[in-house]
Amino acid sequence: MPERGLGGEVRPVSTYVARRLIFSVFVLWGALTVVFLAVRAVPGDPAQMMMGPNATADEMNALREKLGLNRPLLVQYATYMLQTLRLDLGESLRLAQPVVWLVAERLPTTGKLALAAILIAVAVSFPLGIAAAVRPGGWLDALVSVVSLLGQSVPGFWLGIMFILVFARSLRLLPSAGDESWAHLILPSITVALPLVGVLTRLVRSGLLDVLDEDYIRTARAKGLTAGAVMWRHALRNMLIPVITVIGLQIGHLLGGAVITETVFAWPGVGLLLVDAITNRDYPLVQAAILFITAIFVAINFLVDLSYGALDPRIRLQ
Amino acid sequence: MNQVAVETASVAGAPVLTRPASERGRARQRRRLLRLLVGAVPLLLFLLIAAVGPIVWPYDSVTVRTGERLKPPMEVLRDGSTALLGTDQVGRDLLAQVLQGARISLLVGLSTVALAGTAGLLIGVLAGYYGRWLDAVAMRIADIQLAFPSILLAILIAGVLGPSVTNVILTLSLTRWVTFARVARAATLATKQREFVLAARALGARDGRLLALHVVPSTIGPLVVVATVEVGLVIIAEASLSFLGLGTPSDQPSWGATIANGRAYLNTAWWISTMPGLALSLVVLAVGRFGDQVRDMLDPRALSRV
Repeated sequence: MPERGLGGEVRPVSTYVARRLIFSVFVLWGALTVVFLAVRAVPGDPAQMMMGPNATADEMNALREKLGLNRPLLVQYATYMLQTLRLDLGESLRLAQPVVWLVAERLPTTGKLALAAILIAVAVSFPLGIAAAVRPGGWLDALVSVVSLLGQSVPGFWLGIMFILVFARSLRLLPSAGDESWAHLILPSITVALPLVGVLTRLVRSGLLDVLDEDYIRTARAKGLTAGAVMWRHALRNMLIPVITVIGLQIGHLLGGAVITETVFAWPGVGLLLVDAITNRDYPLVQAAILFITAIFVAINFLVDLSYGALDPRIRLQ
Repeated sequence: MNQVAVETASVAGAPVLTRPASERGRARQRRRLLRLLVGAVPLLLFLLIAAVGPIVWPYDSVTVRTGERLKPPMEVLRDGSTALLGTDQVGRDLLAQVLQGARISLLVGLSTVALAGTAGLLIGVLAGYYGRWLDAVAMRIADIQLAFPSILLAILIAGVLGPSVTNVILTLSLTRWVTFARVARAATLATKQREFVLAARALGARDGRLLALHVVPSTIGPLVVVATVEVGLVIIAEASLSFLGLGTPSDQPSWGATIANGRAYLNTAWWISTMPGLALSLVVLAVGRFGDQVRDMLDPRALSRV
């Protein structure tokens, strides 16, 4: 909402940016704390948990020493925070390499998957949503509501397996595992995109319907603009704000979906790394993977917030 | 931020089922109620199947029959019976697994929504009613949690706690209370300023009475709408966790676990992964349809928008 005084003065954008930045830092701190507590607050001995039932007492003591688990909780917390600030998240228990490297190495692969999925989702849902909004109640509108309901109901990991069954095993058209060529990207990215298509199509449709009711649209029509010009110059642009907000919020689901989709397609990204790390109880690696994903998510939402003012001049950033 | 606005908007008109004055209005409301009942049929069917299915179907989901490995659906087995959905790699009956999985999904879905809903109701109402630091702390925690991909949190907590049905319910409740709390808070904020509440307060009603008689009832409608949406999300989340091996333990087959199990046999036995996923999708679809209808019923203004 625009926040203007009687004199029309506007709060400086820098204040807003600073406030959003502080909030983002808080979110990261929260994530750090949750990860810290999750590993330590469980009943039983974290060292035992990480090493499994076959570890000897000596091995467990060595691990406790290495992770600082013998020290008081607050000291551990402070050390952990300081190390994280220096991006020193420790070494993987299993792979004996700095976890930051392991995660950073996998990030581009996950990024490729997420970006492809977003592009697919936008390319499909905008035309569909616009077509549905132009003729509400028509057959295309009905089709859109079915597609979006399906997109939100069918779980991604199962859909991925069905894709493998049909396109990789039966028809032998596309590869089903790994990341070696562009063809490898097709099935996983469609799998990740589909829930987003459902959400976005509904949103584009309802957003457009709302905007088309506005006074300025009537004015634009009254002054003789063609339907196309009204749509492109006035309606679409004003509908973008909720759509971009939701894309930003959906990035979280998207990254979550990517984690699971990566396991289905053996896509060597951060998600597969995370699931492997959890299965192997490699907690330093788990911490690093979760922190990186959260940091990316927070950064994207920060950028989304900043884009509002650029899209709608009425909003001068609260 | 935007989500708050949406929630507040839908809350204002939601809890009151207005009595329409005209005959036409009444007819419309009857039609809507009828549609709601029809929409509930697939869901009731699912409840029934989950409740009695595992009792009626003669095979249990964990009995190993090595002579009947990887039988396709509708195959007649040596003992003369038909494996309606086929068998898996050690001869366990797939229909029995799907029926058993329905129970797990239902149990986790309903328990989680009940637990997260109750926690959210308490936190949201108290935060909205008393405001101040309680509100500030609760809502900042909610904001932070919303800024954190919820399935990641679930994977982390479930991975640490280890596989068990109780742990799945706990994990998913921890990740899902936020929406309930925010909706309950928004409804509370709207209600506590209404004239009848102010009047009751002026007549000397204490906080406890105001909360129990006026504020909490006003949150129920919106919370029911949220709950119908969340049941579907929770069922999918449980299946996802079990698929990753972080959900139910292996002696309690859930749909996600059976789907994961079938992955290794996609070339020879397509039905192992397909059948439970089909059941899962149908149930989530039915829940989603029902949720939409409940929302239309409780919040007619949303009809035009979505």
